[in-house]
Amino acid sequence: MFVLIVGCGRVGSSLARAMLSQGHEVSCLDEDPESHARLEVGLDGGWEDLGGQFTVGAGLETEALEAAGIERADAFIASTDGDNTNIVIAQIAQRRYEVPTVIARILDPLRAEWYERQGMHTVCPTRVAIDMLESAVLQGSTRETPGPSGDPAEAA
Amino acid sequence: MYIIVVGAGKVGWNLARELLEKNHEVTLIESNRRRYLTVEQELEHNVTYGDASELWVLERAGIQRADMVIAVTGDDEDNMLICQVAREKYEVERIIARVNNPRNKSHFDLLGIKPSVSATDLILRLLEHEVPEYGLVHLLDLQEEQLEIIEMLLGKDSGVTGRRVGDLEMPEGSLLISVLRSGKGFVPGPDTVLEEGDEVLAVLDPGHEEQLKTLFGPAGNGDGPDDG
Repeated sequence: MFVLIVGCGRVGSSLARAMLSQGHEVSCLDEDPESHARLEVGLDGGWEDLGGQFTVGAGLETEALEAAGIERADAFIASTDGDNTNIVIAQIAQRRYEVPTVIARILDPLRAEWYERQGMHTVCPTRVAIDMLESAVLQGSTRETPGPSGDPAEAA
Repeated sequence: MYIIVVGAGKVGWNLARELLEKNHEVTLIESNRRRYLTVEQELEHNVTYGDASELWVLERAGIQRADMVIAVTGDDEDNMLICQVAREKYEVERIIARVNNPRNKSHFDLLGIKPSVSATDLILRLLEHEVPEYGLVHLLDLQEEQLEIIEMLLGKDSGVTGRRVGDLEMPEGSLLISVLRSGKGFVPGPDTVLEEGDEVLAVLDPGHEEQLKTLFGPAGNGDGPDDG
């Protein structure tokens, strides 16, 4: 599978390494040339030596997307630090380049939910965190304070 | 009409003011706190603070009953998505989006955001309307640097169509920097042959406009080829 990841921050770069180590072809696009270094964290060799591809450019630039290989991508991950950028480029990948699998990272839960309903595959880390925190709180133990009737069992 | 304007920059602020003067109900949304406070001194309750990319901010501004949403922030992604959400989620009948970078125009079209307007577009349309041919448009004045960039559209009887750029008698202190042909731009070389319909950009010292207008204008007016 050929995977194109736009936005090579902590999430993007870790995902890129994971996909590469599973034997997939991986191409990364990021505005910041420095983010190349993040790709190589914990690797035994250079990113390119291990078969990875890295392109400097903005996700909104058609030329950059094409240089990064969007026309032959099987999967497209929009994981820049901007929700708006991710939503726009995911739609570009879907509609203009007809990439079979398109996933957008959207931090804003309300919009993630709405775009999901519009047929976009979204991942909302904020939603995941909220759910985890909620269940962690509910599973935690409570103080043994007596309820109104004085029975400690009621407080639980 | 109830109109929501997003982005209280020069465009949004003036737009909101004009619309209010025309007795429309207006809410202007601005996400920069300092800018908001400045604008609020004049527009008072007609401006609200928040990031209009967020749905609840739009809802608080009453988007459900808006007749029109105009997104004129300095960020093309914001403008695209605010309009997309306004139309598709809140079923606002009319939207207008501003294009900051003309190269993003195709993205607006892809997402069906229409109409979208860019300053470049407006100037071109104005040019076509006001000055059908041989108009000369100021695109940029670099006052400190004493330079300006102008754009000219080559009509069918322009004196320079069919001629090599290298053969043009460009006035001193002027330079042809770009040719836009069938939607694509390129930097002309001496061997580039100009065609009818080309839009050419030139950089020049102020004061050479008339000479350029003559040169690129109808043959006979300028230094056109003998057979022109």
